[in-house]
Amino acid sequence: MARAHEDHDRLDRAFAALADPVRRAIIARLSTGPATVNELAEPFPITVQAVSQHVRVLEQAGLVTRTREAQRRPVHLDPAALEAVTGWIDTYRLQAERSYRRLDAVLETLKEER
Amino acid sequence: MSTNPTHITAPDGTPFIEIVREFDAPRNLVFRASTDPDLVTRWLGPRELEMRVVEFDVRDGGRYRYVHTAADGSTYAFRGVFHTVTEPLIIQTFEFEGAPGSVSLETRTLQDIGGRTRMQQSAVFPSVAARDHALAAGMEHGINDSMDRLAELLGSGAVRNGR
Repeated sequence: MARAHEDHDRLDRAFAALADPVRRAIIARLSTGPATVNELAEPFPITVQAVSQHVRVLEQAGLVTRTREAQRRPVHLDPAALEAVTGWIDTYRLQAERSYRRLDAVLETLKEER
Repeated sequence: MSTNPTHITAPDGTPFIEIVREFDAPRNLVFRASTDPDLVTRWLGPRELEMRVVEFDVRDGGRYRYVHTAADGSTYAFRGVFHTVTEPLIIQTFEFEGAPGSVSLETRTLQDIGGRTRMQQSAVFPSVAARDHALAAGMEHGINDSMDRLAELLGSGAVRNGR
C-alpha cells in the first residue's frame, strides 16, 4: 500500500519535527498568521540561521510552506498537513474550521430542500 | 466534497482577528444559516459542546445570547447585539461572559462569487491584550489537549501500524 506508507512516512516526519520545543513554538506562532524567518527568530535566544534550520525541518515535514512575496519569503502553516497529524495546536482555528465544515453540511441540506 | 480552507490572520501587536472562508453555496443560504437560530445551533461552536440559544433577535439593535454546555455541566455563555443585519453585511458585538467587558466588534461580509460565497469576518478587540487572551485561551487548551492525544497516538503504535 504505497499510499499508506506515504501517510506513515509523513506522520513520522511530522511527529519528529514537532518533538522539538522551538519548532512547536514556531508552529504556535504561525497559527496566528504567516511570518518571515526574521520575525520568527525574534522571541528566541538563538540565531536566525538556527531558526531557519528549524523552518527547513518543518518544511520537509510538510507542516509549513514558504512563498515569495517581493523581498519577503513568509512561512505559512499548512492547515491540511497539520490537521492530518492529529489536529493539535490551534483550537481557535480548528474550532472555526470544524464549525465551518458543519456549516458546509447545513448548506448542503438547504440546497437539497430547494 | 472537498473542503475549503479557513484562513485566519491575527497579526502580532494588533487587536484584530480576520477569518476568510468560502462556501460552495449561494449567498442567501449562507445568510440564512447564519441568522436562523435553529440552523445556527447546528454548526456554531465546538462540536463536543451542546449549544442552546437563549435569545436571537436578528435585526438592527436586536440582542442575542447563547450558552454552550460541556459534558461535565460547565457552561460558556456569549452575548451581543446585532448592529447591522443585511445579506451582504452583518455587524455585531460579541462578548464571552467569562471575560466580561472584553467586547469585540465583528464585521462579516458575504460576497457572491459566481453562485458561491466568500465570507470575510473581522473582529476588533478592545486591546491587543484582549485579542491575545482570546487566542491564547483556545491555544493553550489545544496544545495540552493535542500533546495528550499525540502521546496516546504514539503510545498506541497507531503511527507505525496503521490507524
